[in-house]
Amino acid sequence: MIKGKAHKFGDDVSTDLIVPGRLAHLRSNLPELAKHVLEDADPTFAGRVKPGDFVVAGKNFGMGSSREHAPLVIKMAGVSAVLARSVARIFFRNAINQGLPILICDTSRISNGDELEVDMARGMVNDITSGVELSFGKIPPVMMAILGSGGLIPYIQKYKGFQLPG
Amino acid sequence: MGKTLAEKILSQKSGQDARAGDIVIAPVDLVFLQDTTGPLTARQFQATGFQRPANPKACHIFIDHAAPSPSRELADDHIFLRRFARETGCGLSDVGEGVCHQLVAELWANPGDIIVGADSHTVTAGGVGAFATGMGSSDVAIAMALGQTWFRVPETFKIAGEGDLARGVTAKDIILYLIGQLGADGATYKSLEFVGAAFSKMNMEGRLTIANMAIEAGAKVGLFPSDRVTRDFLKAGGRGARYQPIQPDADATYERVVEVDIPRLEPMVARPHTVDNVVPARELKGTRIEQVLLGTCTNGRLGDLALAASILKGKKCHPETRLVVAPASRAVFKAAIEAGYITDLLDAGAAIVTAGCGPCLGLHQGALGKGESCLSTSNRNFKGRMGNPEGFIYLASPATAAATALRGEITDPREVI
Repeated sequence: MIKGKAHKFGDDVSTDLIVPGRLAHLRSNLPELAKHVLEDADPTFAGRVKPGDFVVAGKNFGMGSSREHAPLVIKMAGVSAVLARSVARIFFRNAINQGLPILICDTSRISNGDELEVDMARGMVNDITSGVELSFGKIPPVMMAILGSGGLIPYIQKYKGFQLPG
Repeated sequence: MGKTLAEKILSQKSGQDARAGDIVIAPVDLVFLQDTTGPLTARQFQATGFQRPANPKACHIFIDHAAPSPSRELADDHIFLRRFARETGCGLSDVGEGVCHQLVAELWANPGDIIVGADSHTVTAGGVGAFATGMGSSDVAIAMALGQTWFRVPETFKIAGEGDLARGVTAKDIILYLIGQLGADGATYKSLEFVGAAFSKMNMEGRLTIANMAIEAGAKVGLFPSDRVTRDFLKAGGRGARYQPIQPDADATYERVVEVDIPRLEPMVARPHTVDNVVPARELKGTRIEQVLLGTCTNGRLGDLALAASILKGKKCHPETRLVVAPASRAVFKAAIEAGYITDLLDAGAAIVTAGCGPCLGLHQGALGKGESCLSTSNRNFKGRMGNPEGFIYLASPATAAATALRGEITDPREVI
């Protein structure tokens, strides 16, 4: 069970809003880069986010570039999962590869600042503040295994290659 | 039952009967990274404990995004990547050689190949009929190490078009219009397959422009059938032996069919701050533009520079509008010099920058000031993309870019040609 506060964002949050190109010179200095997480979407976010909190967004979260620094800095900020109505393809794979869960659910029913509790095993989000319960979609078994290993690098170190179930 | 292009290529490569929704493991023909995603890729490769790629000859590193380096930090990243290339045996394309996607198309992409790159616009090589897709640093590091990766076989949208484009309307206008119709996430995870006479007659430059922007509708790949145009393109590049025809089956299953009324299309513009915010250029008449960017992996090819030069030849850019030109590759740059296009553009007042990504992603060579607007032939107009969240980016064709540079405001190119 993961518990934390919801930080709400809108639709189409691009990787440029999460970690802009103008900060590319910090990409080999991740602790410094992480201080700017989601800066162009909400300049106050980095100062407010607490370990365990959730990023809660609308549709197409993480659209745009392939920069894995985007889920990486979100994870470094202590965010335990991203909840979104939908998520861009490359961002989805990158987040799982970094061990950051992506939970697809009807985020319109969650308000900014709500206290959330996520049960990964049951696939349920409980909004403690509002009492609303939401289920989130399953992810493919290969991605569950990568997430379960803590990301792609530990997964490959463990299995030496990709294991497709069945 | 028949197969789409995506199903055909993934079946051929994985040795399985790959159908939409399946998960397959397939070998990769080319893996590449660039200088803004590359350092993390190289570090993930090393962190996993690998020394050498499965096939170093199939791995390539491009220094194109921040080239030449605008800062000491990025210069250090370049040093790291050059050393990594030497130590692992990967190929290297250094400062001034051009944008990765253009070089991949010019030199390496073959029909039926699987290509993964640590850059979202890797989809560009779909113009040549390669299953080419962007991935993050970890995925690309592991694909380098193992020589293979896993794919979910995408469902396919068939994009059908017949007839000829009107004068002043280009491949860029088709893809902008289509993204406007589909939405910025309308094709997430899907393969876009471009068929019909409008696409089979289209030259390779137009195909690359269209495939390049498939990601802007969320798609995994944008695929053109491999046909005579593909064959002639490969032959002209000295790679005729790599040609194989690949067509989708007539009874393939499509999730959706979208027909584009090609002859009725007009010059289109995507307004800030999403690529699907598309209207005809004529509706934006009067919108002041401080900077025009001509170039990038979307529209920095020879035909694009020729089209803009034909509009600007013998004329001057508007005094309050600067024109920045970034040729897609050194080969394009040289050919444009030899054809006289660069002289025409210089005489019109253009600033020509290094062949490469130019100011597209906000690192250098044309970051926007507060409240400034740029009309760009690139592929992204996200808030903050060109170095400043207080700037505004409009996307359009090279013809619209040239017309806009002349007038200093967004201009339908049919007014000036």
